[in-house]
Amino acid sequence: MPGPGVAAYLILSVILFATGAFGVLIRRSPLIVLLALEIMLNAGNLALIAFARQTGTGSGQIFALTVMVVAAAEAVVGLGLIVAVSRRHVALDVDKLTTLRG
Amino acid sequence: MTNFIVWVVWVLAALSLLGSGIAVVLFQNPFYSALALIGNLASLAVLYLLLAAEFVAAAQVLVYAGAVVVMFLFVIAYLGGRADAPWAGGPSPQSLAAIVAAAAIAVEIVVVIAMKAGDQLSTPAKVDDNFGSPAEIGRLFLGDHLLAFEVTSIVLLVAAVGGVILGSAVPRERRS
Repeated sequence: MPGPGVAAYLILSVILFATGAFGVLIRRSPLIVLLALEIMLNAGNLALIAFARQTGTGSGQIFALTVMVVAAAEAVVGLGLIVAVSRRHVALDVDKLTTLRG
Repeated sequence: MTNFIVWVVWVLAALSLLGSGIAVVLFQNPFYSALALIGNLASLAVLYLLLAAEFVAAAQVLVYAGAVVVMFLFVIAYLGGRADAPWAGGPSPQSLAAIVAAAAIAVEIVVVIAMKAGDQLSTPAKVDDNFGSPAEIGRLFLGDHLLAFEVTSIVLLVAAVGGVILGSAVPRERRS
């Protein structure tokens, strides 16, 4: 019996990505939107690493590590924005944050 | 026999991955969502180990569970975990549309992959013992992917500066 192939990992990755996309669409708290974004990035990482093993080249793993760095940077900037918004006493609700003011 | 154990571990990790992913999206309290994300990342690390990506699995645990989730927990504790229940009072048109959109994204990805690469997915993986080891990752990062490695440092620097600026700026009305 062969072990789980790349198709099994891809199905998992697609379901995880759809879960994250659903979370981004349905949640109004920007904190949970950021968490759901991390889930989507991780679903992409899973597909990259599954393909890296399939083709036997390490480039997919390098790409996944780079995505990880970008996700960490995105979390820093996103959380900084959320803290800056909450300092202005604006409601933390992505449906209400519709205007930009300097 | 080895493959049977691999399948058992795979199924357990997959169930925990999907369950914790759904928990992140559905928990009302952001604090519980962030804690569920740790379970999600840990199951992903198990899957990475099954995929012969030891270094990425270690980096996943260190960077995500060790740094990103702790940062999320600090910010949630600072802001106060306010409950947020978008589905309170029955399903709204927005939540139904979100379900349809998420399902459409999933179907699109499956169709595109099946059309473009459907015949290549069944070929068995070919990896050697060295694959995914820290030595191999380092060789690739400092050889073929040197530009990505250097750009990564600039991205991290810009993100650190941006985080400090966004976190330390005082609103104008309170400054005077």
